[in-house]
Amino acid sequence: MNQRTIVYAVIGLALVALPFVYRDPYPLHILILILIWSFAYTSWSMMGRFGLVSLGHGGFMGIGAYVTALLWNHLGVSPWIGIPIALVCAGALALVVAYPCFRFRITGHYFVLVTLALSGIVLQVITATRDYTGGSLGYTPERTKGNHIVALQFDDKTTWYLIALGVWAAGIVIWHLVDRSMARYALEAISEDEDAAAAAGVNVTFEKLRITVISALMTALAGALYCQYQMFISPDTVSGIAVSLQMVFAVVVGGIYVALGPTVGAIITIALAEGLRIGFGTKAVGWDNLVYGVLLVLFIIFLPKGILGSLIERLTAKR
Amino acid sequence: MDSFLEIFDIFLLEAMINGILLGGVLALLALGLNLIFGVIDVTWICYAELVMIGMYGMYWIVQYYHQPYWVAAPVAIALVAALGALLHFLVIEPLLSGPPINQLLATGGVLFVLQSFATVAFGIDFRNLGIRLPVLAFGEMHFSYSRLLAFGAAAIGMIVVYFFMKRTYVGTAIRAIAQDRQIMALMGVDTRRIYLITSALGGALAGLAACLLVLQYDVHPFVGLSFGPITFLICVLGGLGNFVGGFAAAFLFAEIISLGGLFSDLEWGYVLAFAFFILMMFIRPAGLLARRQ
Repeated sequence: MNQRTIVYAVIGLALVALPFVYRDPYPLHILILILIWSFAYTSWSMMGRFGLVSLGHGGFMGIGAYVTALLWNHLGVSPWIGIPIALVCAGALALVVAYPCFRFRITGHYFVLVTLALSGIVLQVITATRDYTGGSLGYTPERTKGNHIVALQFDDKTTWYLIALGVWAAGIVIWHLVDRSMARYALEAISEDEDAAAAAGVNVTFEKLRITVISALMTALAGALYCQYQMFISPDTVSGIAVSLQMVFAVVVGGIYVALGPTVGAIITIALAEGLRIGFGTKAVGWDNLVYGVLLVLFIIFLPKGILGSLIERLTAKR
Repeated sequence: MDSFLEIFDIFLLEAMINGILLGGVLALLALGLNLIFGVIDVTWICYAELVMIGMYGMYWIVQYYHQPYWVAAPVAIALVAALGALLHFLVIEPLLSGPPINQLLATGGVLFVLQSFATVAFGIDFRNLGIRLPVLAFGEMHFSYSRLLAFGAAAIGMIVVYFFMKRTYVGTAIRAIAQDRQIMALMGVDTRRIYLITSALGGALAGLAACLLVLQYDVHPFVGLSFGPITFLICVLGGLGNFVGGFAAAFLFAEIISLGGLFSDLEWGYVLAFAFFILMMFIRPAGLLARRQ
């Protein structure tokens, strides 16, 4: 067992043990939010790092959250079945939108704008079907009277912390699996030059489609988890362009090319928003986004690799 | 002006004509965005937010300084034009040599800035000019003057831009740069200046749209999100940078929204338009008027 594995094991154990030692609900709540959003941001960066910038991930997240909640409330389907159904819906939507995009070589600006349309559609559909989804007022999954495990509803923050931690760790593992696979080289080649990659024998459409579907499934799972944890969703918090841009922002700030970059991004954005909220209360409405926006612009201009990315680069350069 | 939905519900023909009127404003919005894309090869994700700032500018000048609409409009247009040039100077220019996707994301950051600036500065209340234009009754059909005015002004604006592009030296240079940005610098055209002028022109078109939209809609910090996405879709549907395609797509979209809204809620009109858009991406991925390969 080398040194690195031991370090990882110790950090992992410390993270698992944390809620048993430290039980203050508010910091735990923030940690859970950070973990769930980190998972969502990680899933965005799986595509984003290969130049597939999608603004449709707000849509996938919204589907994950709303399909799960609607199945539970209207049909009484347990989230254990509802979440897989939601994932299938999100995956199918990703296929339907992404296939023509990749087949017809819609890249760059076009791809961004097509996916932008996607989050627009999901937002409009949620708002338009307000008889079922509650429209812009938001939606609450009904509290269960039976088994908490079947309903995937826990009042206990520790349970949620462990679930979120597990999912987040799975996200990081998937990131690493993709990072080590042949698909990574294929996708990097594609992001450099599609025609050359195709000429070298890479199945461009298939490779892009696969990473898109993986990314969409993970995002939908993040949406469903968020819904189950918060027990309240509204079109503005889980879908739409604002959420998509928020993902982009967090990932760019944290570092798009490193595994923990999205996590760092989530810590920074959530800490910033909460700090402003506690420090200034309702006076701070809008200020967090103002700071985000300015930071996003500055980061893209001066530090395109993000905080963690640049840090790692500097550390490894010194060695 | 009656409420927006009521006007829709009466007649098919009325809905179609209203669709054409809506299309005028959408075409104006699409024109500004297409201009920026065609010349500088950058998509301003924050375009609709520039319009929002223009609408606030109008509101401020009319309500706070008590100036008439006709005085406020040129000021608001100049304001947004300056903002467009500033956006290019501060954000786009340092990124021009970088990956194109970074420019797009940076304007996404500007979207956040403008939206939250409006929230901080003006609050989230819905505001309007307090100007109510009468409704024109034609037979049993009703059209609001604000829509007719918007259509007329949008048409005039587009004709002016057309002649500017075709008849002036700067316009010729802009069109030439859109065709080949490397060679034009060698031909002695100051590309930086042309880019700035184009950005200001794109901003001015957003400002003009703001002056027209503020007559029909209340302004609030998130108003951009209600017509921003549709503008992008129109540009993509017409082919990014393709002026004629954008023009045709604007009217097509407006008709779908208007007629879809006639049969059901307005949101379903939008959903229908979005679905149509995705369908068209299968059939004509490079835009309505693009030649098939």
